Amino acid sequence: MKIIVDQDRCVASGQCVTAAADVFDQRDEDGIVVLLTDTPPEDLAADVHQAAAVCPALAILVED
Amino acid sequence: MTIHEAPAYPMARASGCPFDPPPKLRELQDEAPLVEVQIFGRPAWLVTRYAEQRKLLADPRLSADVTTSGYPSPTGTPPKSDGGVGIGFILMDDPEHARLRRMVTAPFMIKRVEAMRPGVQKIVDGLIDDLLAGPKPVDLMEAFALPVPSLVICQLLGVPYADHDFFQQNSKQLIKMTATQEQRATAHGNLAAYLDNLVGEKLDNPGDDLLSGLTERIKTGELTRQDAAGIGVLLLLAGHETTANMIALGTLALLEHPEQLAVLRETDDPKLVAGAVEELLRYLNITHNGRRRAVLEDIELDGQVLKAGDGVIFPNDIGNRDPEVFPDPDVLDLQRDARRHVAFGFGVHQCLGQPLARMELQVVYSTLYRRIPTLRRAAELDEIPFKHEGAVYGVHSLPVTW
Repeated sequence: MKIIVDQDRCVASGQCVTAAADVFDQRDEDGIVVLLTDTPPEDLAADVHQAAAVCPALAILVED
Repeated sequence: MTIHEAPAYPMARASGCPFDPPPKLRELQDEAPLVEVQIFGRPAWLVTRYAEQRKLLADPRLSADVTTSGYPSPTGTPPKSDGGVGIGFILMDDPEHARLRRMVTAPFMIKRVEAMRPGVQKIVDGLIDDLLAGPKPVDLMEAFALPVPSLVICQLLGVPYADHDFFQQNSKQLIKMTATQEQRATAHGNLAAYLDNLVGEKLDNPGDDLLSGLTERIKTGELTRQDAAGIGVLLLLAGHETTANMIALGTLALLEHPEQLAVLRETDDPKLVAGAVEELLRYLNITHNGRRRAVLEDIELDGQVLKAGDGVIFPNDIGNRDPEVFPDPDVLDLQRDARRHVAFGFGVHQCLGQPLARMELQVVYSTLYRRIPTLRRAAELDEIPFKHEGAVYGVHSLPVTW
């Protein structure tokens, strides 16, 4: 699994952090997405896919 | 598009079904994902299904700017563009929308909102103490549902809570679809002047709050004072009215579904509470007038062409009841996974305050029914006044006792 995030598209809804806090974080100054790891362990796959599905800006791409 | 025989939007709810979308919306959803409706005698597209709603709301070829040709105004009258204080970036397109929105995203990030949770719990507990010590029956809207989010947003923005009667009344008027354009303009003018004055005070004496943060941006020239006041109007309005209605309408829905209320009352699992909040958001859809957009360039979808200049309406109430996504969509089931709902909208305009709204609702729903386990309605369901005419749905009052 590999994750790519697009900080320009991100609207800081924070839903990725709620879905997978071990993988996604937010920049202190404006809440924009920060990737903690781009290759998380497989047991987080469901949470990561949930994060991508609820991102309103379609800013998270997951390659399996 | 042709408007002959196209049904008029919005449609009425069925009597006796205050939590369900209008039956006509279900009929149209069964018919097609994109249907033609008319609004104030003008044609518009209605997007009835979840997948198409998400796809189009994320499409930059649709504009949220009310001054774009074809924008389906919910009140039928084009907004006045007098160059005065607006209502923030909610009715703007990128890149200006994104530039302004990013100035106020930080206070709503997950860790900052989590840091506010103990303070919100204290507010909720204090208001419940007052309820229990006071007379009954009591109007839950007035005594609890409105004060909780109003106190929280006042603290966050740096607005004196003592002014709550003023901003609550003007907010109510501003989003009342049956108010005249003059009445809405007056309410907006009152709020705009109030926020402009507050911004002025904070320019001289900044504190540790969101509006003071904006004054820093004014000083650096990134933001005009008018835009700062406009953002203030937006956040104050959206920060109290919506959550208040979710608290009161959610409580009423739970009282009508006692087996679901019992699920909340008997749990101390924060995950279950969080899931229950998502399901109540999916089920209730208090923003029941649909998101509105105008098409900037032709879009082909499902064999239809949305032409530049067409208006498009996205009723999230029926999108969130799409059986393709949510099985048995009309059933309130707090234990289902409802996290993909579009109650906060979708695309770049999705609700900025959603982490705060979620946290407030989690605190309220996990506290109120545990501390007042015998809470019940003090009026018949058909005596309760619903906000059919509001841009935000809910109840005007909710008499309860215990």
